[in-house]
Amino acid sequence: MNPLEKLESEQKSETAPALVIDSLASIRDMVSACIQCGTCTGSCPNAFAMDLTPRQLWYNVLRGEKETIFHSKTFSLCSVCYYCTLRCPRGLPLTEAMSALKQIAAKENLAPYKKSTRFYKSFLESVYRHGRVREMELMTLYFISMKNPFLPLQFAPLGIKLMGKGKISFEIPSKGNGALKAIFRKVEELEQN
Amino acid sequence: MKYLYYPGCSLEGTALEYNSSTRTFMQELGAELIELEDWTCCGASAAEATSHLLSLALPALVLAKAENMDGVKEILVPCSACYLNLKKVEEKIRKDRELLDQINIILAEEKLNLRGQMKVRHLLDVVANDVGSKKIFARVKKPLTDLIIAPYYGCQCLRPYSIFDDPEDPCSMEGIIKASGANIHQWNMGGRCCGASHMTTKPEVALELVAAILKMARGADAIVTVCPMCQMNLEAYQKKISGMCKEDLSMPILYLPQFLGLALGLSEQDLRLDMNLSFTKAFRNKVLS
Ligand code: SF4
Ligand code: SF4
Repeated sequence: MNPLEKLESEQKSETAPALVIDSLASIRDMVSACIQCGTCTGSCPNAFAMDLTPRQLWYNVLRGEKETIFHSKTFSLCSVCYYCTLRCPRGLPLTEAMSALKQIAAKENLAPYKKSTRFYKSFLESVYRHGRVREMELMTLYFISMKNPFLPLQFAPLGIKLMGKGKISFEIPSKGNGALKAIFRKVEELEQN
Repeated sequence: MKYLYYPGCSLEGTALEYNSSTRTFMQELGAELIELEDWTCCGASAAEATSHLLSLALPALVLAKAENMDGVKEILVPCSACYLNLKKVEEKIRKDRELLDQINIILAEEKLNLRGQMKVRHLLDVVANDVGSKKIFARVKKPLTDLIIAPYYGCQCLRPYSIFDDPEDPCSMEGIIKASGANIHQWNMGGRCCGASHMTTKPEVALELVAAILKMARGADAIVTVCPMCQMNLEAYQKKISGMCKEDLSMPILYLPQFLGLALGLSEQDLRLDMNLSFTKAFRNKVLS
């Protein structure tokens, strides 16, 4: 199934289901050597907007507090800058661990993260269809999946600027030729095993 | 100097001017760029946020196609997000045979096989090290001595892999900018994060990050970037941010090859300065008069 179709057909769950526990174990392994020094927090450009600091998030991962983790915005606020990974005195793969949490939120389609998840899946939908992302199609798919009639207005000023420059053109989403269908399908198959 | 060239999706859309200025600039310096045939998306930040395996399979597909092109062993990438995705596969498969096998099971769907022979190079790395400031200096037709430039590196060409620069205190742009005659704006924001795709899904957070960068750039005539995402975030929201901070934070933002191209006397059309959102009249008069 293509990325957006899958999103539609899945149940929207409010809290973390049982499957999360398994995947959380591998993330716990990634941060098991954490000494709670706080270097990650001090290095994170997005810490000011987080409810749990990165250090606190890792503490909760170590304790397996999945309710706390998946009600927190923290991992979805990671902008993948790699400062924490670079500076962690224990050399832990922290950015990858943040991404692994995002992957669970996307797979389980957890409600608190639906904005980011829909954006990422709209992106991949466009890639799945054409082999490359078409920026205008991505935005259209994202607006449609968010089902918020006012959302496009937020982006209109930028859209008009970019169109004026000839950088993007109005594009009705099309099915494309399913250029990367086989790759997506194989990845999905391997991940289920 | 001969490289395979992977423009990536942004350079065909919102970053068209990065594409044309890179091609023109590199050609002017005698480098040959061969565009990778039939290239596909690297997955950007979207694949990594949804599936670990997909985030490796998509760039691996690009590298496998690259390995099939004869005679060229290095692939040049101007976009930092594409660069890191491709670099990650290069680095990971070198240490992890099992992962390479798994990737090849996926690539077999496209009758491709990855061997791990391609070296991934960022445009900045190539310009700073293969071209170098001496060669640039020798070709300068229009020294930009009146300008103070703030070099902005962003994250993903610096971290997590420190390949060609110091990830804490980057300086690879300084020599080549000075070669153009311009001066360096001394600041410590060069490697800070612009918020990346937060600008779409969490604008309130990304706007704060960009505001901090624009504030520290005060005193410079322009910021120079090496990534389409950084460029867009730094230039497209200046009005909004100025309103938010109640001060004028507008600032011309140029891609590195656009800026260096100006010093080399390349035409405004070839560098596609008309496409920048922040190429102000005042700056134009300063560099093109
Ligand atoms: S920097 Fe590393 S060791 Fe220190 S708190 Fe963060 S994860 Fe733990
Ligand atoms: S990689 Fe993510 S969590 Fe780590 S410092 Fe950067 S934004 Fe914060």
